[in-house]
Amino acid sequence: MKVGSLAAFGLVVHRELRLSFRRPEQLLQPLVFFLIVTTLFPLGLNLQLSLLRDMSPGVLWVAALLSSLLSLDSLFKSDADDGTLEQLALCGRELTLIVVAKTLAHWLVTGVALVLVSPLVGIALGIPAAAFATMMLSLAVGTLTLSWLGAIGAALTVGLKRGNVLLSLIVLPLAMPLLIFGAGATDRAISGESTAGALYFLAALCVFTCTLAPFAATAALRITIE
Amino acid sequence: MWTWFYKLASPPYVYAAAAALLPWFCTLALVTIGYGLVDGLAFAPPDYQQGDAFRIIYVHAPSAWMSLFAYTTMAVAGAIALIWRIKIGHAVAAATAPIGASFTLLALITGSLWGRPMWGTYWAWDPRLTSELILLFLYVGVMSLRSAFEDPARGDRAAALLAIVGVVNVPIIHYSVVWWNSLHQAATVAKLGKPEMSASMLVPLLSMLLGFMLFFGAVLCMRLQGEVLNRERQARWIREAVK
Repeated sequence: MKVGSLAAFGLVVHRELRLSFRRPEQLLQPLVFFLIVTTLFPLGLNLQLSLLRDMSPGVLWVAALLSSLLSLDSLFKSDADDGTLEQLALCGRELTLIVVAKTLAHWLVTGVALVLVSPLVGIALGIPAAAFATMMLSLAVGTLTLSWLGAIGAALTVGLKRGNVLLSLIVLPLAMPLLIFGAGATDRAISGESTAGALYFLAALCVFTCTLAPFAATAALRITIE
Repeated sequence: MWTWFYKLASPPYVYAAAAALLPWFCTLALVTIGYGLVDGLAFAPPDYQQGDAFRIIYVHAPSAWMSLFAYTTMAVAGAIALIWRIKIGHAVAAATAPIGASFTLLALITGSLWGRPMWGTYWAWDPRLTSELILLFLYVGVMSLRSAFEDPARGDRAAALLAIVGVVNVPIIHYSVVWWNSLHQAATVAKLGKPEMSASMLVPLLSMLLGFMLFFGAVLCMRLQGEVLNRERQARWIREAVK
């Protein structure tokens, strides 16, 4: 059967989404982790609400980064273990197309879920409702960028037994600019300043990684699977 | 005419060349660093604002430059090895990584020692400092990725790719003092036109920079010989070379 490139892309995305929803606990675990980490900060620091509000953007973003990392490990791993990834690489399609499809599907189930849960955390951390729009927008753009950076890291560590820690070691340094501008945008929104600068920067980072990361991740997969 | 260039891809030639260059690099590095240290620490005039504390620049600035230079070298060597499948590139990249990481660490340590009397703190979360710290983490990531694979050839290529991806950080570090309002002083030496530094201070600094480059060359020659020996241990020419 002959399938066009776009249809193949859709099929891979569809397959990834179906696989994720078959195992809902894998979807929920990073979200629960996100909630637990953000609860730990107020408990451990014993802060007043005003202090908490100053710290909340940083806490929110660090928790979001860590919980996205948890799910990144499985981006290529299960497909590499059972040989599906090799078949996909050999099926005659551009491997880049498959990498893009898998990464987008990963973002749809992890990043978007994180964005949807974030108002709950925002309320708990005392972020005013007026800042929610900026917070969610910056998280949406930020998690997409992180999915791309993570795709490179996951592709580089896919064949390794203990790739999990190494993945964090590789991805977190590259993700630091995200944290700076993402938390910066949320922080400005809380204090009622203009958020455009930080959001534009986040968007620029997102466009930059969306354009180049698929090729880097494909090259990494070609090195690690073969 | 190009044969000398093609020879650079051959391990026996590189091994011999590194051995031949090593004494030159060592001697010249000793001379330039020796002159730079004596002139910089003893004879250069004290800064009108910072007094004698500014003299740490003679170690700090060259090691910071070298941290970026070594990273670029590593990434370029990795790219050459990936694109043209020249194995010696991986040996160069593997030999460069620990040297670059050491320079980065040295730049961070001397920087915080300088920061204490000048800014009143050892560490500030400032763009220049933070991006230099990220560079250190990148070096660590590249080195651990290389050693994580059971198949060394695969580890080499994965590390080369990560090094290339990490290159985005190099311009960020270089321009961080220009793009953001930073506690760190702006570029004073590497400026087109007139440098904002008097010659009596600048000459020893440039001598130190040259010395650090030569020192880097010397350590690279040593480490490269080790890398080549380790990688080519099955080859016949090794037995003759080591005899």
